[in-house]
Amino acid sequence: MVDLSFLIDPVYIATIIIFIVGLQRMSHPLTARSGIIWAGAAMLIATLVTFLTPDLTNFALIAIAIVIGGGLGYIAAKRVAMTDMPQMVAIYNGMGGGAAAGIAAVHLLGTTTTVTSSLAVIGGLIGAVSFSGSMIAFLKLQGWMRPRPITFPAQQVINMAVLILAVISGVLVLLQPSWIPISYTALLSLFFLLSLGFGVLMTLPIGGADMPVVISMFNAFTGLAVGLDGFSFATPNYAMVVAGIIVGAAGTLLTIMMARAMNRSITNILFGAFGATEETGTEIHGSMKPVDADDVAIMLAYANQAIIVPGYGMAVAQAQQKVKELADLLESKNIPVKFAIHPVAGRMPGHMNVLLAEAGISYDQLFDRDEINPEFPDTDVVLVIGANDVVNPAAHRQGSPLYGMPILDVEKAKNVIVLKRGQGKGFAGIENDLFYRDNTRMLYGDAKETIGTVVQALKKL
Amino acid sequence: MFWTAVYIVVLAAFTGYVVISRVPVILHTPLMSGSNFIHGIVLIGAMVALGLATTTAEQIIGFIAVILGAANVTGGYVITERILQMFDPGKKRPGKED
Repeated sequence: MVDLSFLIDPVYIATIIIFIVGLQRMSHPLTARSGIIWAGAAMLIATLVTFLTPDLTNFALIAIAIVIGGGLGYIAAKRVAMTDMPQMVAIYNGMGGGAAAGIAAVHLLGTTTTVTSSLAVIGGLIGAVSFSGSMIAFLKLQGWMRPRPITFPAQQVINMAVLILAVISGVLVLLQPSWIPISYTALLSLFFLLSLGFGVLMTLPIGGADMPVVISMFNAFTGLAVGLDGFSFATPNYAMVVAGIIVGAAGTLLTIMMARAMNRSITNILFGAFGATEETGTEIHGSMKPVDADDVAIMLAYANQAIIVPGYGMAVAQAQQKVKELADLLESKNIPVKFAIHPVAGRMPGHMNVLLAEAGISYDQLFDRDEINPEFPDTDVVLVIGANDVVNPAAHRQGSPLYGMPILDVEKAKNVIVLKRGQGKGFAGIENDLFYRDNTRMLYGDAKETIGTVVQALKKL
Repeated sequence: MFWTAVYIVVLAAFTGYVVISRVPVILHTPLMSGSNFIHGIVLIGAMVALGLATTTAEQIIGFIAVILGAANVTGGYVITERILQMFDPGKKRPGKED
Protein backbone atom coordinates (compact mmCIF):
# COMPACT_ATOMS: atom_id res chain seq x y z
CA MET A 1 0.00 0.00 0.00
CA VAL A 2 1.22 3.50 -0.81
CA ASP A 3 2.25 5.43 2.25
CA LEU A 4 -0.03 8.43 2.35
CA SER A 5 0.74 9.40 5.93
CA PHE A 6 2.39 12.64 4.68
CA LEU A 7 -1.20 13.86 4.18
CA ILE A 8 -2.00 13.76 7.90
CA ASP A 9 -0.34 16.98 9.07
CA PRO A 10 -1.54 19.25 6.22
CA VAL A 11 -5.08 17.94 6.66
CA TYR A 12 -4.95 18.42 10.44
CA ILE A 13 -3.72 22.00 10.00
CA ALA A 14 -6.51 22.70 7.51
CA THR A 15 -8.97 21.17 9.98
CA ILE A 16 -7.84 23.51 12.75
CA ILE A 17 -8.15 26.57 10.50
CA ILE A 18 -11.64 25.56 9.42
CA PHE A 19 -12.62 24.93 13.07
CA ILE A 20 -11.54 28.46 13.96
CA VAL A 21 -13.35 29.97 10.98
CA GLY A 22 -16.38 27.82 11.83
CA LEU A 23 -16.43 29.05 15.45
CA GLN A 24 -16.05 32.61 14.25
CA ARG A 25 -19.00 32.21 11.87
CA MET A 26 -21.01 30.63 14.71
CA SER A 27 -20.52 33.87 16.68
CA HIS A 28 -22.73 35.87 14.28
CA PRO A 29 -26.42 35.09 13.78
CA LEU A 30 -26.37 35.41 10.00
CA THR A 31 -23.41 33.12 9.35
CA ALA A 32 -23.92 30.77 12.29
CA ARG A 33 -25.38 27.89 10.35
CA SER A 34 -22.62 27.77 7.75
CA GLY A 35 -20.09 27.66 10.61
CA ILE A 36 -21.16 24.26 11.88
CA ILE A 37 -21.35 22.84 8.35
CA TRP A 38 -17.75 23.89 7.68
CA ALA A 39 -16.59 22.46 10.99
CA GLY A 40 -18.46 19.23 10.28
CA ALA A 41 -16.78 18.79 6.91
CA ALA A 42 -13.36 19.40 8.48
CA MET A 43 -14.06 16.82 11.19
CA LEU A 44 -15.04 14.23 8.59
CA ILE A 45 -11.84 14.70 6.59
CA ALA A 46 -9.70 14.67 9.74
CA THR A 47 -11.32 11.37 10.78
CA LEU A 48 -10.70 9.79 7.37
CA VAL A 49 -7.07 10.89 7.16
CA THR A 50 -6.43 9.46 10.66
CA PHE A 51 -6.79 5.97 9.16
CA LEU A 52 -3.51 6.69 7.33
CA THR A 53 -1.59 6.92 10.65
CA PRO A 54 1.57 4.75 10.37
CA ASP A 55 1.55 1.35 12.14
CA LEU A 56 -2.19 1.59 12.80
CA THR A 57 -3.89 -1.79 13.37
CA ASN A 58 -7.30 -2.90 14.66
CA PHE A 59 -8.95 -1.22 11.65
CA ALA A 60 -12.07 -3.39 11.96
CA LEU A 61 -12.47 -2.56 15.64
CA ILE A 62 -12.07 1.18 14.93
CA ALA A 63 -14.64 1.08 12.13
CA ILE A 64 -17.14 -0.91 14.22
CA ALA A 65 -16.74 1.45 17.18
CA ILE A 66 -17.25 4.51 14.95
CA VAL A 67 -20.39 3.01 13.43
CA ILE A 68 -21.83 2.09 16.85
CA GLY A 69 -20.98 5.40 18.59
CA GLY A 70 -21.61 7.62 15.61
CA GLY A 71 -24.87 5.88 14.76
CA LEU A 72 -26.27 6.03 18.30
CA GLY A 73 -25.18 9.64 18.70
CA TYR A 74 -26.76 10.60 15.39
CA ILE A 75 -30.09 8.84 15.97
CA ALA A 76 -30.51 10.11 19.53
CA ALA A 77 -29.69 13.69 18.50
CA LYS A 78 -32.14 13.56 15.58
CA ARG A 79 -35.01 12.17 17.65
CA VAL A 80 -34.76 14.33 20.74
CA ALA A 81 -37.19 17.25 21.09
CA MET A 82 -35.84 20.81 20.96
CA THR A 83 -36.75 21.21 24.64
CA ASP A 84 -34.32 18.46 25.60
CA MET A 85 -31.32 20.06 23.87
CA PRO A 86 -29.56 21.17 27.08
CA GLN A 87 -29.27 17.68 28.50
CA MET A 88 -28.17 16.35 25.11
CA VAL A 89 -25.30 18.85 25.07
CA ALA A 90 -24.47 17.60 28.57
CA ILE A 91 -24.45 13.93 27.60
CA TYR A 92 -22.37 14.36 24.42
CA ASN A 93 -19.94 16.55 26.29
CA GLY A 94 -19.64 13.83 28.92
CA MET A 95 -18.90 11.29 26.20
CA GLY A 96 -16.10 13.50 24.88
CA GLY A 97 -14.70 13.66 28.42
CA GLY A 98 -15.01 9.89 28.72
CA ALA A 99 -13.14 9.40 25.46
CA ALA A 100 -10.38 11.72 26.71
CA ALA A 101 -10.15 9.72 29.96
CA GLY A 102 -10.04 6.50 27.91
CA ILE A 103 -7.15 7.76 25.77
CA ALA A 104 -5.26 8.70 28.95
CA ALA A 105 -5.94 5.25 30.40
CA VAL A 106 -4.64 3.47 27.27
CA HIS A 107 -1.53 5.65 27.36
CA LEU A 108 -0.88 5.00 31.05
CA LEU A 109 -1.38 1.24 30.62
CA GLY A 110 1.07 1.12 27.74
CA THR A 111 4.09 3.26 28.53
CA THR A 112 6.48 3.86 31.35
CA THR A 113 6.88 7.17 33.13
CA THR A 114 7.72 10.14 30.96
CA VAL A 115 6.82 13.81 30.94
CA THR A 116 3.93 13.01 28.61
CA SER A 117 2.51 10.58 31.18
CA SER A 118 2.02 13.40 33.65
CA LEU A 119 -0.02 15.24 31.01
CA ALA A 120 -2.01 12.03 30.47
CA VAL A 121 -2.70 11.86 34.21
CA ILE A 122 -3.97 15.46 34.31
CA GLY A 123 -5.97 14.94 31.10
CA GLY A 124 -7.38 11.69 32.48
CA LEU A 125 -8.42 13.33 35.74
CA ILE A 126 -10.14 16.26 34.04
CA GLY A 127 -11.74 14.03 31.40
CA ALA A 128 -13.10 11.63 34.03
CA VAL A 129 -14.50 14.51 36.13
CA SER A 130 -16.14 15.96 33.02
CA PHE A 131 -17.60 12.55 32.13
CA SER A 132 -19.22 11.72 35.46
CA GLY A 133 -20.18 15.34 36.21
CA SER A 134 -21.90 15.73 32.83
CA MET A 135 -23.81 12.49 33.39
CA ILE A 136 -25.16 13.82 36.71
CA ALA A 137 -26.08 17.08 34.93
CA PHE A 138 -27.86 15.02 32.27
CA LEU A 139 -29.78 12.98 34.87
CA LYS A 140 -30.86 16.13 36.70
CA LEU A 141 -32.01 17.95 33.55
CA GLN A 142 -33.75 14.86 32.21
CA GLY A 143 -35.63 14.61 35.50
CA TRP A 144 -34.30 11.10 36.20
CA MET A 145 -32.73 12.57 39.30
CA ARG A 146 -34.02 15.22 41.71
CA PRO A 147 -32.93 18.55 40.21
CA ARG A 148 -32.71 20.22 43.63
CA PRO A 149 -29.23 20.47 45.15
CA ILE A 150 -28.26 17.35 47.08
CA THR A 151 -26.38 18.27 50.23
CA PHE A 152 -24.99 16.36 53.19
CA PRO A 153 -22.91 17.32 56.23
CA ALA A 154 -19.24 18.20 55.64
CA GLN A 155 -19.89 18.00 51.91
CA GLN A 156 -17.16 20.42 50.85
CA VAL A 157 -14.63 18.71 53.12
CA ILE A 158 -15.48 15.28 51.72
CA ASN A 159 -15.41 16.55 48.11
CA MET A 160 -12.05 18.18 48.67
CA ALA A 161 -10.70 15.01 50.30
CA VAL A 162 -11.76 12.90 47.31
CA LEU A 163 -10.09 15.36 44.94
CA ILE A 164 -6.88 15.33 46.96
CA LEU A 165 -6.89 11.51 47.06
CA ALA A 166 -7.43 11.44 43.29
CA VAL A 167 -4.44 13.76 42.80
CA ILE A 168 -2.28 11.70 45.19
CA SER A 169 -3.15 8.45 43.41
CA GLY A 170 -2.37 10.20 40.10
CA VAL A 171 1.06 11.17 41.39
CA LEU A 172 1.62 7.57 42.58
CA VAL A 173 0.63 6.32 39.10
CA LEU A 174 3.46 8.46 37.74
CA LEU A 175 6.08 7.61 40.36
CA GLN A 176 5.19 3.92 40.78
CA PRO A 177 7.06 3.67 44.11
CA SER A 178 8.02 0.15 45.21
CA TRP A 179 6.39 0.46 48.65
CA ILE A 180 2.89 0.57 47.15
CA PRO A 181 1.08 -2.61 48.27
CA ILE A 182 -1.27 -2.75 45.26
CA SER A 183 -0.52 -3.51 41.62
CA TYR A 184 -0.08 -0.75 39.03
CA THR A 185 -3.37 -1.67 37.32
CA ALA A 186 -5.21 -1.50 40.64
CA LEU A 187 -3.62 1.87 41.38
CA LEU A 188 -4.61 3.17 37.95
CA SER A 189 -8.19 1.95 38.45
CA LEU A 190 -8.28 3.62 41.86
CA PHE A 191 -7.09 6.88 40.28
CA PHE A 192 -9.88 6.85 37.70
CA LEU A 193 -12.53 5.78 40.23
CA LEU A 194 -11.58 8.66 42.54
CA SER A 195 -11.66 11.10 39.60
CA LEU A 196 -15.08 9.87 38.48
CA GLY A 197 -16.28 10.05 42.08
CA PHE A 198 -15.17 13.65 42.39
CA GLY A 199 -17.11 14.55 39.22
CA VAL A 200 -20.29 13.09 40.73
CA LEU A 201 -19.74 14.69 44.14
CA MET A 202 -19.04 18.18 42.80
CA THR A 203 -22.20 18.15 40.64
CA LEU A 204 -24.61 16.81 43.30
CA PRO A 205 -24.95 20.09 45.26
CA ILE A 206 -25.61 22.14 42.12
CA GLY A 207 -29.25 22.96 41.47
CA GLY A 208 -30.99 22.48 38.16
CA ALA A 209 -31.26 26.21 37.44
CA ASP A 210 -27.47 26.52 37.43
CA MET A 211 -26.91 23.53 35.15
CA PRO A 212 -26.31 25.52 31.94
CA VAL A 213 -23.32 27.23 33.52
CA VAL A 214 -22.04 23.93 34.85
CA ILE A 215 -22.46 22.19 31.48
CA SER A 216 -20.51 25.03 29.89
CA MET A 217 -17.79 24.55 32.50
CA PHE A 218 -17.59 20.79 31.86
CA ASN A 219 -17.45 21.63 28.15
CA ALA A 220 -14.33 23.68 28.83
CA PHE A 221 -12.99 20.80 30.99
CA THR A 222 -13.42 18.31 28.16
CA GLY A 223 -11.65 20.68 25.77
CA LEU A 224 -8.74 21.01 28.17
CA ALA A 225 -8.56 17.24 28.71
CA VAL A 226 -8.55 16.65 24.94
CA GLY A 227 -5.80 19.24 24.51
CA LEU A 228 -3.59 17.66 27.20
CA ASP A 229 -4.23 14.17 25.82
CA GLY A 230 -2.96 15.36 22.46
CA PHE A 231 0.51 15.60 23.99
CA SER A 232 0.41 12.06 25.37
CA PHE A 233 1.06 10.35 22.03
CA ALA A 234 4.55 9.36 20.90
CA THR A 235 4.13 11.94 18.15
CA PRO A 236 2.01 14.73 19.65
CA ASN A 237 -1.39 15.07 17.99
CA TYR A 238 -1.44 18.82 17.47
CA ALA A 239 -4.95 18.80 15.97
CA MET A 240 -6.21 17.57 19.35
CA VAL A 241 -3.98 19.98 21.25
CA VAL A 242 -5.05 23.10 19.37
CA ALA A 243 -8.76 22.25 19.02
CA GLY A 244 -8.92 21.12 22.65
CA ILE A 245 -7.20 24.20 24.05
CA ILE A 246 -9.37 26.50 21.89
CA VAL A 247 -12.50 24.89 23.34
CA GLY A 248 -10.97 25.03 26.81
CA ALA A 249 -10.37 28.78 26.54
CA ALA A 250 -13.59 29.60 24.67
CA GLY A 251 -15.61 27.41 27.04
CA THR A 252 -14.11 29.12 30.09
CA LEU A 253 -14.99 32.54 28.71
CA LEU A 254 -18.49 31.38 27.81
CA THR A 255 -18.95 30.01 31.34
CA ILE A 256 -17.94 33.35 32.85
CA MET A 257 -20.29 35.24 30.51
CA MET A 258 -23.19 32.96 31.41
CA ALA A 259 -22.55 33.31 35.13
CA ARG A 260 -22.37 37.09 34.68
CA ALA A 261 -25.75 37.07 32.93
CA MET A 262 -27.16 35.54 36.12
CA ASN A 263 -25.19 37.94 38.29
CA ARG A 264 -23.54 35.04 40.09
CA SER A 265 -19.94 34.11 40.56
CA ILE A 266 -18.62 30.72 39.46
CA THR A 267 -17.61 29.86 43.03
CA ASN A 268 -21.10 30.71 44.28
CA ILE A 269 -22.60 28.39 41.66
CA LEU A 270 -20.19 25.55 42.42
CA PHE A 271 -20.17 25.74 46.19
CA GLY A 272 -23.28 27.74 47.06
CA ALA A 273 -25.75 24.79 46.94
CA PHE A 274 -28.10 27.39 45.51
CA GLY A 275 -31.73 26.83 46.44
CA ALA A 276 -31.00 24.05 48.91
CA THR A 277 -32.12 26.06 51.88
CA GLU A 278 -35.42 27.83 52.29
CA GLU A 279 -35.10 31.43 53.32
CA THR A 280 -36.57 32.07 56.73
CA GLY A 281 -38.27 35.03 58.33
CA THR A 282 -40.19 36.23 55.29
CA GLU A 283 -43.88 35.62 55.07
CA ILE A 284 -45.87 35.80 51.91
CA HIS A 285 -49.18 37.58 52.29
CA GLY A 286 -52.27 37.14 50.19
CA SER A 287 -53.37 34.18 48.14
CA MET A 288 -53.11 32.93 44.60
CA LYS A 289 -56.08 34.20 42.62
CA PRO A 290 -57.19 32.05 39.70
CA VAL A 291 -58.67 33.51 36.54
CA ASP A 292 -60.29 31.86 33.51
CA ALA A 293 -59.38 32.15 29.86
CA ASP A 294 -62.39 34.31 28.90
CA ASP A 295 -61.38 37.01 31.36
CA VAL A 296 -57.80 36.91 30.10
CA ALA A 297 -59.08 37.35 26.53
CA ILE A 298 -61.08 40.43 27.56
CA MET A 299 -58.13 41.94 29.43
CA LEU A 300 -55.93 41.41 26.38
CA ALA A 301 -58.51 42.78 23.95
CA TYR A 302 -58.57 46.14 25.76
CA ALA A 303 -54.87 46.35 26.61
CA ASN A 304 -52.61 49.18 25.39
CA GLN A 305 -49.86 46.64 24.92
CA ALA A 306 -49.10 43.09 25.95
CA ILE A 307 -45.73 41.74 27.02
CA ILE A 308 -45.18 37.99 26.94
CA VAL A 309 -42.57 36.48 29.26
CA PRO A 310 -41.77 32.94 28.17
CA GLY A 311 -40.03 30.42 30.37
CA TYR A 312 -39.24 26.74 30.56
CA GLY A 313 -42.94 25.91 31.04
CA MET A 314 -43.62 27.15 27.51
CA ALA A 315 -40.93 24.83 26.21
CA VAL A 316 -42.29 21.85 28.13
CA ALA A 317 -45.83 22.44 26.91
CA GLN A 318 -44.54 22.99 23.35
CA ALA A 319 -46.75 26.08 23.39
CA GLN A 320 -44.61 28.31 21.15
CA GLN A 321 -46.86 27.86 18.08
CA LYS A 322 -49.96 28.80 20.07
CA VAL A 323 -48.08 31.78 21.50
CA LYS A 324 -47.29 32.90 17.96
CA GLU A 325 -50.97 32.52 17.03
CA LEU A 326 -51.99 34.63 20.02
CA ALA A 327 -49.40 37.30 19.20
CA ASP A 328 -50.54 37.48 15.57
CA LEU A 329 -54.18 37.76 16.62
CA LEU A 330 -53.42 40.60 19.04
CA GLU A 331 -51.33 42.43 16.43
CA SER A 332 -54.23 42.14 13.98
CA LYS A 333 -56.35 43.91 16.62
CA ASN A 334 -53.66 46.64 16.79
CA ILE A 335 -52.43 45.62 20.21
CA PRO A 336 -48.62 45.67 20.21
CA VAL A 337 -47.04 42.47 21.51
CA LYS A 338 -43.51 42.33 22.86
CA PHE A 339 -41.55 39.37 24.15
CA ALA A 340 -39.38 39.86 27.21
CA ILE A 341 -36.47 37.44 27.12
CA HIS A 342 -34.49 36.90 30.29
CA PRO A 343 -30.97 35.75 29.42
CA VAL A 344 -31.31 32.60 31.47
CA ALA A 345 -35.00 31.83 30.90
CA GLY A 346 -35.41 28.16 30.12
CA ARG A 347 -32.58 25.78 30.70
CA MET A 348 -29.90 27.53 28.64
CA PRO A 349 -29.08 31.08 27.64
CA GLY A 350 -30.85 31.79 24.38
CA HIS A 351 -33.19 28.80 24.86
CA MET A 352 -36.31 30.98 24.47
CA ASN A 353 -34.94 32.81 21.43
CA VAL A 354 -34.43 29.49 19.70
CA LEU A 355 -37.92 28.21 20.46
CA LEU A 356 -39.65 31.47 19.48
CA ALA A 357 -37.60 31.64 16.29
CA GLU A 358 -38.70 28.09 15.57
CA ALA A 359 -42.32 29.21 15.87
CA GLY A 360 -41.63 32.03 13.39
CA ILE A 361 -41.69 34.98 15.79
CA SER A 362 -39.59 37.84 14.46
CA TYR A 363 -36.41 38.88 16.25
CA ASP A 364 -37.53 42.51 16.36
CA GLN A 365 -40.33 41.47 18.73
CA LEU A 366 -37.85 40.04 21.22
CA PHE A 367 -36.44 42.36 23.87
CA ASP A 368 -33.85 41.65 26.50
CA ARG A 369 -34.10 42.51 30.15
CA ASP A 370 -32.59 45.98 30.10
CA GLU A 371 -34.64 47.07 27.08
CA ILE A 372 -37.99 45.89 28.39
CA ASN A 373 -37.81 46.55 32.15
CA PRO A 374 -38.69 50.29 31.88
CA GLU A 375 -41.82 49.37 29.91
CA PHE A 376 -43.54 47.19 32.51
CA PRO A 377 -45.09 50.04 34.58
CA ASP A 378 -46.91 51.33 31.47
CA THR A 379 -48.11 47.95 30.28
CA ASP A 380 -51.67 46.77 30.84
CA VAL A 381 -51.16 43.04 30.57
CA VAL A 382 -48.12 40.83 31.06
CA LEU A 383 -48.47 37.15 30.26
CA VAL A 384 -45.94 35.01 32.13
CA ILE A 385 -45.88 31.66 30.34
CA GLY A 386 -44.17 29.05 32.43
CA ALA A 387 -41.47 31.37 33.76
CA ASN A 388 -40.87 31.53 37.48
CA ASP A 389 -37.46 32.31 38.96
CA VAL A 390 -36.65 34.99 36.36
CA VAL A 391 -39.70 37.03 37.45
CA ASN A 392 -39.42 36.39 41.19
CA PRO A 393 -39.34 39.72 43.07
CA ALA A 394 -37.49 37.92 45.89
CA ALA A 395 -34.38 38.78 43.87
CA HIS A 396 -34.74 42.35 45.15
CA ARG A 397 -34.93 41.24 48.80
CA GLN A 398 -31.79 40.89 50.85
CA GLY A 399 -31.44 37.44 52.41
CA SER A 400 -33.23 35.62 49.65
CA PRO A 401 -31.18 32.97 47.89
CA LEU A 402 -32.11 34.74 44.65
CA TYR A 403 -30.93 38.13 45.95
CA GLY A 404 -29.01 40.10 43.36
CA MET A 405 -30.11 38.14 40.31
CA PRO A 406 -31.34 40.61 37.69
CA ILE A 407 -34.99 39.83 36.97
CA LEU A 408 -37.78 41.00 34.71
CA ASP A 409 -39.78 43.48 36.79
CA VAL A 410 -43.17 42.16 35.73
CA GLU A 411 -44.70 42.89 39.14
CA LYS A 412 -44.75 46.57 38.16
CA ALA A 413 -47.21 45.95 35.32
CA LYS A 414 -50.89 46.78 35.78
CA ASN A 415 -52.02 43.19 35.35
CA VAL A 416 -49.94 40.06 35.44
CA ILE A 417 -51.35 36.77 34.19
CA VAL A 418 -49.28 33.76 35.17
CA LEU A 419 -49.82 30.62 33.11
CA LYS A 420 -48.77 27.66 35.18
CA ARG A 421 -49.46 23.97 35.38
CA GLY A 422 -49.91 23.84 39.12
CA GLN A 423 -48.94 25.57 42.32
CA GLY A 424 -45.38 24.23 42.43
CA LYS A 425 -42.20 26.19 42.85
CA GLY A 426 -39.67 27.13 40.18
CA PHE A 427 -36.58 25.19 39.27
CA ALA A 428 -34.59 26.95 41.97
CA GLY A 429 -37.19 25.70 44.46
CA ILE A 430 -37.97 29.11 45.87
CA GLU A 431 -41.47 30.39 46.63
CA ASN A 432 -42.52 33.20 44.27
CA ASP A 433 -44.49 35.98 45.95
CA LEU A 434 -45.31 37.49 42.56
CA PHE A 435 -48.07 34.87 42.41
CA TYR A 436 -49.66 36.30 45.54
CA ARG A 437 -49.66 39.96 44.47
CA ASP A 438 -52.95 41.84 44.09
CA ASN A 439 -52.30 42.54 40.40
CA THR A 440 -51.52 38.89 39.62
CA ARG A 441 -53.98 36.29 38.37
CA MET A 442 -53.19 32.63 37.87
CA LEU A 443 -54.32 30.75 34.76
CA TYR A 444 -53.78 27.09 35.58
CA GLY A 445 -53.37 24.33 33.06
CA ASP A 446 -51.18 23.13 30.22
CA ALA A 447 -49.91 26.31 28.51
CA LYS A 448 -50.63 25.03 25.01
CA GLU A 449 -54.27 24.30 25.88
CA THR A 450 -54.91 27.43 27.92
CA ILE A 451 -53.44 29.71 25.26
CA GLY A 452 -55.57 27.89 22.68
CA THR A 453 -58.66 28.65 24.79
CA VAL A 454 -57.64 32.30 25.13
CA VAL A 455 -57.21 32.51 21.34
CA GLN A 456 -60.69 31.04 20.79
CA ALA A 457 -62.21 33.45 23.31
CA LEU A 458 -60.41 36.40 21.66
CA LYS A 459 -61.74 35.45 18.24
CA LYS A 460 -65.32 35.53 19.57
CA LEU A 461 -64.94 39.06 20.95
CA MET B 1 9.95 20.55 22.72
CA PHE B 2 8.64 21.93 26.01
CA TRP B 3 8.64 25.53 24.81
CA THR B 4 7.11 24.58 21.46
CA ALA B 5 4.24 23.06 23.40
CA VAL B 6 3.87 26.21 25.50
CA TYR B 7 3.81 28.43 22.38
CA ILE B 8 1.08 26.28 20.86
CA VAL B 9 -1.05 26.20 24.01
CA VAL B 10 -0.79 29.94 24.60
CA LEU B 11 -1.67 30.83 21.01
CA ALA B 12 -4.55 28.32 20.90
CA ALA B 13 -5.96 29.65 24.18
CA PHE B 14 -5.72 33.21 22.87
CA THR B 15 -7.51 32.20 19.66
CA GLY B 16 -10.34 30.58 21.63
CA TYR B 17 -10.67 33.70 23.75
CA VAL B 18 -10.77 36.09 20.79
CA VAL B 19 -13.23 34.03 18.76
CA ILE B 20 -15.77 33.91 21.58
CA SER B 21 -15.55 37.43 22.98
CA ARG B 22 -18.36 39.85 22.09
CA VAL B 23 -20.91 37.16 21.27
CA PRO B 24 -24.59 38.07 21.65
CA VAL B 25 -26.44 36.20 24.41
CA ILE B 26 -28.72 34.44 21.93
CA LEU B 27 -25.71 32.64 20.48
CA HIS B 28 -24.38 31.34 23.81
CA THR B 29 -26.27 28.06 23.50
CA PRO B 30 -25.35 27.33 19.86
CA LEU B 31 -21.74 28.24 20.60
CA MET B 32 -21.61 25.98 23.63
CA SER B 33 -23.05 23.23 21.48
CA GLY B 34 -20.67 24.08 18.63
CA SER B 35 -17.58 23.99 20.82
CA ASN B 36 -18.94 20.75 22.28
CA PHE B 37 -18.78 19.40 18.72
CA ILE B 38 -15.26 20.77 18.15
CA HIS B 39 -13.80 18.84 21.08
CA GLY B 40 -15.19 15.77 19.34
CA ILE B 41 -11.75 15.86 17.69
CA VAL B 42 -10.98 13.54 20.62
CA LEU B 43 -12.25 10.87 18.21
CA ILE B 44 -9.04 10.93 16.15
CA GLY B 45 -7.00 10.48 19.33
CA ALA B 46 -9.18 7.58 20.40
CA MET B 47 -8.74 6.01 16.93
CA VAL B 48 -4.95 6.22 17.22
CA ALA B 49 -5.06 4.90 20.80
CA LEU B 50 -7.13 1.90 19.70
CA GLY B 51 -5.11 1.47 16.50
CA LEU B 52 -1.84 1.22 18.41
CA ALA B 53 -3.26 -0.82 21.32
CA THR B 54 -1.61 -4.19 21.90
CA THR B 55 -3.06 -5.75 25.04
CA THR B 56 -6.71 -6.74 25.43
CA ALA B 57 -7.24 -4.21 28.22
CA GLU B 58 -5.94 -1.41 26.00
CA GLN B 59 -8.14 -2.59 23.14
CA ILE B 60 -11.29 -2.66 25.28
CA ILE B 61 -10.69 0.82 26.70
CA GLY B 62 -9.68 2.14 23.28
CA PHE B 63 -12.82 0.62 21.73
CA ILE B 64 -15.04 2.34 24.31
CA ALA B 65 -13.14 5.59 23.81
CA VAL B 66 -13.78 5.48 20.04
CA ILE B 67 -17.50 4.81 20.62
CA LEU B 68 -17.73 7.75 23.04
CA GLY B 69 -15.70 10.04 20.75
CA ALA B 70 -17.79 9.15 17.69
CA ALA B 71 -21.01 9.81 19.62
CA ASN B 72 -19.59 13.17 20.72
CA VAL B 73 -18.93 14.04 17.05
CA THR B 74 -22.23 13.02 15.45
CA GLY B 75 -24.43 14.02 18.39
CA GLY B 76 -22.65 17.34 18.83
CA TYR B 77 -22.98 18.09 15.12
CA VAL B 78 -26.67 17.22 14.84
CA ILE B 79 -27.64 19.15 17.98
CA THR B 80 -25.74 22.26 16.86
CA GLU B 81 -27.13 22.00 13.34
CA ARG B 82 -30.69 21.71 14.68
CA ILE B 83 -30.26 24.71 16.97
CA LEU B 84 -28.69 26.82 14.22
CA GLN B 85 -31.39 25.91 11.68
CA MET B 86 -33.55 28.39 13.58
CA PHE B 87 -31.10 31.15 12.72
CA ASP B 88 -31.10 30.47 9.01
CA PRO B 89 -31.31 33.87 7.30
CA GLY B 90 -33.17 32.22 4.39
CA LYS B 91 -36.11 31.57 6.70
CA LYS B 92 -37.75 35.01 6.49
CA ARG B 93 -40.96 35.62 8.33
CA PRO B 94 -43.97 37.02 6.51
CA GLY B 95 -44.62 40.73 6.83
CA LYS B 96 -41.45 41.54 8.75
CA GLU B 97 -38.25 43.14 7.60
CA ASP B 98 -35.21 41.64 9.26
